[in-house]
Amino acid sequence: MPAEYRLILKYADQPGYTPDLECYLRNGGYASLKKALAIQPKTLPDGRQVGGPEQIRDDVKLSGLRGRGGAGFSCGLKWSFVDRKSGKPIYLICNADESEPGTFKDKQILYKDPHQMLEGMIIACYANDVHLAYIYIRGEFVDGAKILNRALKEAREKNFLGKNILGSGYDLEIHVHRGAGAYICGEETGLIESLEGKRAYPRIKPPYFPAVLGLYMCPTIVNNVETLCAVKHIVAMGGAEFARLGTPNNTGTRIVSISGHVKKPGYYEVEVGKVTLGQLINDPVFAGGLRDGRKLKAVIPGGSSAKVFKAGEKFKLKRKGPDGKDAEQEVDMLDLPYDFDSLIAAGSMSGSGAIIVMDDSTDIVEALSNLSEFYAHESCGQCTPCREGSLWMSKALHRLTHGQGRGTDAEYLVRIADNIPGGRTICAFGEACSWPVQSFVAKFKDEFVARGAADEQRRPAVPKTEPELAPQAGH
Amino acid sequence: MATSPEAKPAASPIDKIKVRVDGKEVEVPKTTPDPLTGKPLPTTMIQACNVARVDVPHYCYHPKLPVAGNCRMCLVEFGIPAVGSDRKPILNPDGTAKISKSPRPAIACATPVSPGMEIYTNTPAVKQMREGVLEFLLINHPLDCPICDQAGECKLQEYSVEFGQSQSRFVEQKVHKPKRVDLGPRIVLDYERCILCTRCIRFTKDVVGDDALGIVNRGSYNTLTAYPGKTFDNNYTLNTVDICPVGALTSKDFRFQMRVWFLKETKSICTSCATGCNVIVGSREEKIYRYEPRENEAVNSSWMCDYGRLNYKWIGREDRLVEVRGPKSAALSWAAALKEISDTFKQISPGSAALIASARQTNEELYLLAKLATKLGAVTDSVPRQGEGDKLLLNTDRNPNSLGARLTGISAEPIGANLPKIAEAIRSGKIKTLLVFGEDVTKVGIGADLLGKLETLIVSDILPNTTTRSAHYLLPGCAHAEKRGTFTNTKGRVQKVMKAVEPPGQARAEWEFLHELIFNTTGQNGYASIEGLFNQMAADIPAFRDLSWAKLGDTGVSIPL
Repeated sequence: MPAEYRLILKYADQPGYTPDLECYLRNGGYASLKKALAIQPKTLPDGRQVGGPEQIRDDVKLSGLRGRGGAGFSCGLKWSFVDRKSGKPIYLICNADESEPGTFKDKQILYKDPHQMLEGMIIACYANDVHLAYIYIRGEFVDGAKILNRALKEAREKNFLGKNILGSGYDLEIHVHRGAGAYICGEETGLIESLEGKRAYPRIKPPYFPAVLGLYMCPTIVNNVETLCAVKHIVAMGGAEFARLGTPNNTGTRIVSISGHVKKPGYYEVEVGKVTLGQLINDPVFAGGLRDGRKLKAVIPGGSSAKVFKAGEKFKLKRKGPDGKDAEQEVDMLDLPYDFDSLIAAGSMSGSGAIIVMDDSTDIVEALSNLSEFYAHESCGQCTPCREGSLWMSKALHRLTHGQGRGTDAEYLVRIADNIPGGRTICAFGEACSWPVQSFVAKFKDEFVARGAADEQRRPAVPKTEPELAPQAGH
Repeated sequence: MATSPEAKPAASPIDKIKVRVDGKEVEVPKTTPDPLTGKPLPTTMIQACNVARVDVPHYCYHPKLPVAGNCRMCLVEFGIPAVGSDRKPILNPDGTAKISKSPRPAIACATPVSPGMEIYTNTPAVKQMREGVLEFLLINHPLDCPICDQAGECKLQEYSVEFGQSQSRFVEQKVHKPKRVDLGPRIVLDYERCILCTRCIRFTKDVVGDDALGIVNRGSYNTLTAYPGKTFDNNYTLNTVDICPVGALTSKDFRFQMRVWFLKETKSICTSCATGCNVIVGSREEKIYRYEPRENEAVNSSWMCDYGRLNYKWIGREDRLVEVRGPKSAALSWAAALKEISDTFKQISPGSAALIASARQTNEELYLLAKLATKLGAVTDSVPRQGEGDKLLLNTDRNPNSLGARLTGISAEPIGANLPKIAEAIRSGKIKTLLVFGEDVTKVGIGADLLGKLETLIVSDILPNTTTRSAHYLLPGCAHAEKRGTFTNTKGRVQKVMKAVEPPGQARAEWEFLHELIFNTTGQNGYASIEGLFNQMAADIPAFRDLSWAKLGDTGVSIPL
């Protein structure tokens, strides 16, 4: 039986649970921090001395934790890239700029259990020799910023933060910085620029890899809220134990945000890969299925920038058979295990863990038009393909949804979208704005063609967009 | 030769690495100095392509500015030597390194090269990416080339030839933004033409140090603007017009004045201060339309100041001196005037003549004047000219050739020290003959009353002033853009000015008539060509030893000081 596995959200929704420190401490709060600070240096068999912070880093690597922000990159690996020999301070930034449409998981943590995130963050800072860290919080989370600032104040008063934390000799200060309402500030280098007080133009990589040249050109770690919470639990239970949660290479738990045409939209924490996309959508313990009398039409499995799945779509995936050997299996979209690797194998991604469900009442052209408008509005405009392409696609879709479509518009849209992603842009926004267009049109092409053709039928005379050329001699 | 990938060669700037650009192997330095700080930075793909003489199209990249990487026009494909799980290079059957091609393209302007890297600039995918970027840039760009000042030197036009489509498939409404926006006293911005490459922003922030420009709004509605409440008015604003790859930033001085393809381009230097920025003079039919900076690492990088750039209008002034005048303002031919003057010179007794030349004259003219002064036994000097300078290019010494005036022995130490003495000697009647070249001496203590006491006042100048009005002989001279010659800048760079336009009326290059005057006076023949004259001067003046006109090239030669 599929079930929630509440690790991070263990307490958040319990009756009477409040975001204050006292409540957190009553439920075992900051025990992991004490444990982390108490880790003694040890000598490995090869004679190498390993300090407490490095042991935590090794444990995080061992845990297999992958970033919960969207890219699913190994957290341990990310930490290992940090330039620790530069002589410059190392910064850590908590990315609390949750703004991918469909995603509302970090908000639960920030609003209901901020100390858990802080504890994970303090441990992560300790593990990485960080003495100054920032929480970059989405501007719209007005109350969240207040809650965090209150939590920071409480933590400082109890010496979980500040000078000589709990007598360990370790100093750390954390500041909250509020964004001003731009989606691009969630991109880690855009976030860093914004934190520096500049326009959130993502940086070019190379040379500005945050691990080497991040905030103020110093080595910087940017981790998602949920990722930092997981760090707390890795310290609490040990990396090896954490890795037993979920499935191999997709360890731990994830908070999945489910929205759209389901009976019980909401957030559900599950072991990664232990439940399928279909279970998340249909099982009574999760979203509880579609509204009565409706059939599934499409699912966006990982936040609005993920490529869409069409109901009934089948994928050939390599999976372990009963004999333990890898075998290629045909898997229905709904039977995909909800983990990082399966969704990538199916051509999409689990992204920020946001599932958007669309039933058969959905006008797919309208849906894409809505998404495209969002991306056109949020493109920072720094690099050419994204700046021009995102608005172009949005305009074409607006035309198509306002009676000015053409039968060729499906093709037209894809040809615009194809010129944007794949390393052509500075940051992944290029992919974010073009993947929906590419996937919606590829999978629902008939609807796009029919919409355009119907418009052409209705219009008396369409002005020709291409002049007719008289045949010329010699050509 | 197999080298361990772990082996880290010492990062000395002379380290070279080998890369291939479209199959051609080139050796490039491991690091290249940062254009602004001089700090060694990893050599990039685009720099390697330059070494290989492979052109990579680009808009935002500028070799003198920090890299932005935003236009995406320079995307290339590349591969690096494949490494096995044992971290050793994988070899092809023929023993060459196996190259693993990157699945993603890279921007050539920002991506460092690595040993054995292969860069592919002419693959179908690269061509397609360039076409894609160009199409994106053009969809919202007004196609107003017929009335755009940039037409003819526009990067969008240029690359449209190679990567453009014959027909647009764009059927949407273009984004409309304000036009003819006044950005500052010398700059007009067309928001719609701007492709947001940020060259101007980086230039004014990082080169000039005036963080005056920025981008506001979002996405396709992004607009370049000056900081709210500030006007873009530093002394280097017009450089942004030069580096603007499109017609967004235009010069109020030049816009709508002339189609650029009609302009004759003459390599010369700016003579508005002692820096001597290298310029291109744009002229048509004996009229100058603009100055643009010309790259010279030893002098001005790729920039020039607005003050120097716009200081050309006087050359075409209506009241230019265009006639040779003799006593009582009688019109004379050059031959007659020079004969009369040389006859006068023959009666001069040593010590009774003085010569004030201008440090705005060329080395050659000053050299000839020094020769003449020696023959006449005349005391000489030139006039100091000071103004406010800045850290970048504008020198406090507004004379372009103070050093030349010193090296040729014309000016006193310090410059202008002899002027009071000459004034006194005129007052006392000791000096009876005065030659003035290119200066209004009434402004430096030799007033019209003193000039009235002279037996002979010979003046050569370009524009009328109190001194020229007192002259017994008035010889119309040439602006720097109307003649050839050399100047020596404040750091000892000897550089050529070249003739861009014909002088008006009877006006004549000073070195030409001085050459005749010296022949008449001394009987010594000189050189009738500027090349010969320069080489003769180089032989005579120790500081110019080893120089020749030919050696100066387009960017001059530095002499030890």
